[in-house]
Amino acid sequence: MSLKRQTNQKKYTRLYPKRDSAKALSAGVRAPDFSLKSTPDQTVSLADFRGQPLILAFFPADWSPVCGDQMTLYNEILPEFQKFGAELMGISVDGVWCHTAFARERKLHFPLLSDFEPKGDVAQAYGVYRKSDGVTERALFVIDGNGLIHWSYVSPIGVNPGAAGILAALETLPAKKKPKSQKEAV
Amino acid sequence: MTFDPDSSSENASLTMPVSKRDHIQGLTDAPLTLVEYGDYECPACGQAYPIIKAIQHAAGKQLRFVFRNFPLVNAHPYAEHAAEAAESAGTRGRFWEMHDLLFENQAGLEDQQLAQYAMELGLDARTLVTEVREGRFTPRIREDFISGVKSGVNGTPTFFINGLRYDGDYDARSILGALEGSRASQSKTRRPNRSRSL
Repeated sequence: MSLKRQTNQKKYTRLYPKRDSAKALSAGVRAPDFSLKSTPDQTVSLADFRGQPLILAFFPADWSPVCGDQMTLYNEILPEFQKFGAELMGISVDGVWCHTAFARERKLHFPLLSDFEPKGDVAQAYGVYRKSDGVTERALFVIDGNGLIHWSYVSPIGVNPGAAGILAALETLPAKKKPKSQKEAV
Repeated sequence: MTFDPDSSSENASLTMPVSKRDHIQGLTDAPLTLVEYGDYECPACGQAYPIIKAIQHAAGKQLRFVFRNFPLVNAHPYAEHAAEAAESAGTRGRFWEMHDLLFENQAGLEDQQLAQYAMELGLDARTLVTEVREGRFTPRIREDFISGVKSGVNGTPTFFINGLRYDGDYDARSILGALEGSRASQSKTRRPNRSRSL
């Protein structure tokens, strides 16, 4: 984490000046299906998470300072998400090899999905693709076990939104039967 | 429930108020409270350490400083034991001395070195290491951590000024400026009698 929070934020807005994404999908809307690579030979689909909450964290770019902090933070909070039986997926337009290297370096215990080809297609479906900048918004979605969006949030692109909103959203999900015990991913 | 962003973020606020459970430096009724969520192995927290000292020096009796644990254990393998060591020292009234030693020796946070710091503080090294290894203070550290997550901590260190997350740069001037600003708005609303400048 850098001591230059505001300076970092300005860096992002300089690099990604055009906020031309559509409006992010909001609560109550059916989450668009997707099928994206999480590793060079594994594909993850929305349908894989039927019956459990799913957190989608769209972020602009692997290796960039704020994204690195955000993913590192979520990595530490995974046990809290798992108390709700929820899975977390990070999504950006970076390629699988880039994701693999980034996840290994940061010791991430959750998958990073590659919205690489057609570029930003899934982000676009969720209303969080900045077409002119060529990256996704820094956006969060909590999807319930029936595939409906329960909560969404778009953060200013240079600001790490933390996880308070995600936890608050998970807490308001309708009570379910006991979450299955989660094994540690990876 | 979608929040549409503009240039600024929503200001997150502290969900667990400062209380007797906390490690507090300064007067309990000081008008300004600075809370840090930190990790003893985090380089940025190490860089912030002397900055906080300078801020405390400049603000004097106007400020109380609170430290809460936010160890990023996947990124920092020694952070949890370091936090346990500070808490262990804390049960014997030596929290801040250990806190300072840890930040001044961030490259030396192995158990053996924690034992050495305990000895330097006149504490029983064996007891401290046993408590650290048992994870005697894990529930408290976890409580700090969760309170941070729920308050919008988004990395280490994260600071809160009078309960609101501080999102500016972490240099003494910026933080002092924000403290001053917080006090000014405070004295306008409910403390008209406290107007001494920092």
